[in-house]
Amino acid sequence: MIVAEKKPMEEIIEEVKGYNKILIAGCNECVTVCEAGGKKEVQVLASALRMYFMNQGKEIKIDEVTLERQCDHEYLEEIRNIIDQYDAVLSLACGVGVQFMAEKYFTTPILPGVNTCFLGATEERGFWTERCQACGQCILARTGGICPVSRCAKRLLNGPCGGSTKGKCEIDSNVDCAWQLIIDRLKALGRLEQDYEKLTPIKDWSTDRAGGPRKVVREDVRI
Amino acid sequence: MRLQYPDTIRVVRVPCTGKVDIIHILRSFEKGADGVYVVGCMEGDCRFNNGNIRAKKRVALAKKILDTIGIGGERVQMFNLSSAEGPKFAQYAVEMTDKIKELGANPIKKAFKKKAA
Amino acid sequence: MSETKTPSKLEKILSSGQLAVTSECGPPRGSDPEVIRKKAQMIKDHVDAINITDNQTSVTRLCSLAACIHLKLMGLEPVLQMVVRDRNRIALQSDILGAASFDIHNILCLSGDHQKFGDNPQGQNVFDIDSMQLIQTVRLMRDEGKFLGGDDIARPPKMFVGAAANPFADPFEIRVPRLAKKVAAGAEFIQTQCIYNVDRFKEWLKGVVDRGLHEKVYILAGVTPFKSAGMAKYMKNRVPGMDVPDELVKRMSGVPKEKQPEEGLSICVETIEQLKEVEGVSGFHIMAIEWEEKVPEIVERSGLYPRPSVGE
Repeated sequence: MIVAEKKPMEEIIEEVKGYNKILIAGCNECVTVCEAGGKKEVQVLASALRMYFMNQGKEIKIDEVTLERQCDHEYLEEIRNIIDQYDAVLSLACGVGVQFMAEKYFTTPILPGVNTCFLGATEERGFWTERCQACGQCILARTGGICPVSRCAKRLLNGPCGGSTKGKCEIDSNVDCAWQLIIDRLKALGRLEQDYEKLTPIKDWSTDRAGGPRKVVREDVRI
Repeated sequence: MRLQYPDTIRVVRVPCTGKVDIIHILRSFEKGADGVYVVGCMEGDCRFNNGNIRAKKRVALAKKILDTIGIGGERVQMFNLSSAEGPKFAQYAVEMTDKIKELGANPIKKAFKKKAA
Repeated sequence: MSETKTPSKLEKILSSGQLAVTSECGPPRGSDPEVIRKKAQMIKDHVDAINITDNQTSVTRLCSLAACIHLKLMGLEPVLQMVVRDRNRIALQSDILGAASFDIHNILCLSGDHQKFGDNPQGQNVFDIDSMQLIQTVRLMRDEGKFLGGDDIARPPKMFVGAAANPFADPFEIRVPRLAKKVAAGAEFIQTQCIYNVDRFKEWLKGVVDRGLHEKVYILAGVTPFKSAGMAKYMKNRVPGMDVPDELVKRMSGVPKEKQPEEGLSICVETIEQLKEVEGVSGFHIMAIEWEEKVPEIVERSGLYPRPSVGE
């Protein structure tokens, strides 16, 4: 899923303080699971902002809505008939949702309420870690199912570097060395000898962000 | 035990403090409460394993939010006691009431009163 | 490994079977070329080639290429260190050609420390290719006269290609296979991480010799003298991938502060002495960090002086 983090309240207050009628829009997908922008976070943020402005003696209308997804037309359409009641929308969706909403409601300011962090997994409640950088050409078959692009700080395809110490990365002793993980897994799979010494060729990064904005087109499912 | 505690307190009963969410605390302030405190079981004695630990963390976050928005985090507090400690319940009620009296009314109410005047 | 493929003096000495000695100079954090010339002047008669580091520990400095050119203009033999952290494949190939245009004949292909350690921890890193792939790139450019894109290079670079090896990093079990991989990629010489744990180094080297890798690549054992007990402790505890045995820290701490530099030099000389005759060691890489003036003493005390002269 896409992992996001709540923006600091101070930053949100700065973003919204010029508006009088604000809709806070949550998203029921990834940001709900990572507890950054679901219905609960919408409620808490709305309540806190209302109190902040009340305390300033300002009467600001702050409403709440949580959409099934903010990255799909049909769910974004659900607010079409109310959008004109607001000066701005504070979207707690990931960067995709914020932008998709902005494209749809061209004359309404859509502000981000979260920082979109990475594609990752919930290791345990309250602890999320990165797994994928969407490079567009998956090499997991060759690396024991562990991605050096997203998990090695130098995205080495032929690692580890000389900074790997006791299974940890040179940048932080709390970060696993991706290549240690790869080697451990290749060993468990009985493939260390045959796979480790294969040189991974220079990667084509044109499917990564290097190639410009990407798209996937599937003619077979397009209408 | 017919213990007396201040009648300004409104008790909201929950099956476990783990049921108390941040939004319950914030809404209370939004609706004009001057202070909120959560009374849970002793740490380590939660019947649902760690409901009171969850409550503690939520109270901590509520404090942070209340500080940020200018209401004041000291208006929310967590207390722990066992079910056999009735006198302590009354004592905490007095303590909290005294503290809130010292802090004065919820500033939102003050801000609105000023505006009305 | 007797015939040479490049005009490199370092390659000539190694292929003649003599122990080679290299050292390194860190470029200044400014644009004064005198700094680099002075350092080179101190060591030039005692080493065969001089590495110039490439923004080591990710701290911004005068560039390795320009510093190498200064050495070249002094008539010395530079080893251009090149990290893949800061440049993409276009810039790397371009700098290789730039170096070749000054007839710089040695290159050391490295990943580079993460920028977190340097003066710009908020910066992007590149890592378009990794160090193994840089080795392959230089070999492609030299041996086939081709760019990565497939086009021909007019006057291809003639570089002796090196890589680093850290026998002490984890996981230890892949340290020999990793060297094999670098050799397969095309590395012709290796400069190792600083050796303090001689036993562990020998264990690694045995694995190297068992696989016959020492016949395919020249290994220069890396040494760095301690300037003080504090430095020994720092290297032990703070530098990733460094293996400093407790005995050495104790030995350094056991002598009075004013005698510590002398003790550090002695440890360094002893390490070289212990490794000189070991099968698989083709020379030494002396990294006297901001202590270049001591390199001649180390070389002389280790019996590695005078340096051989090589005909053009």
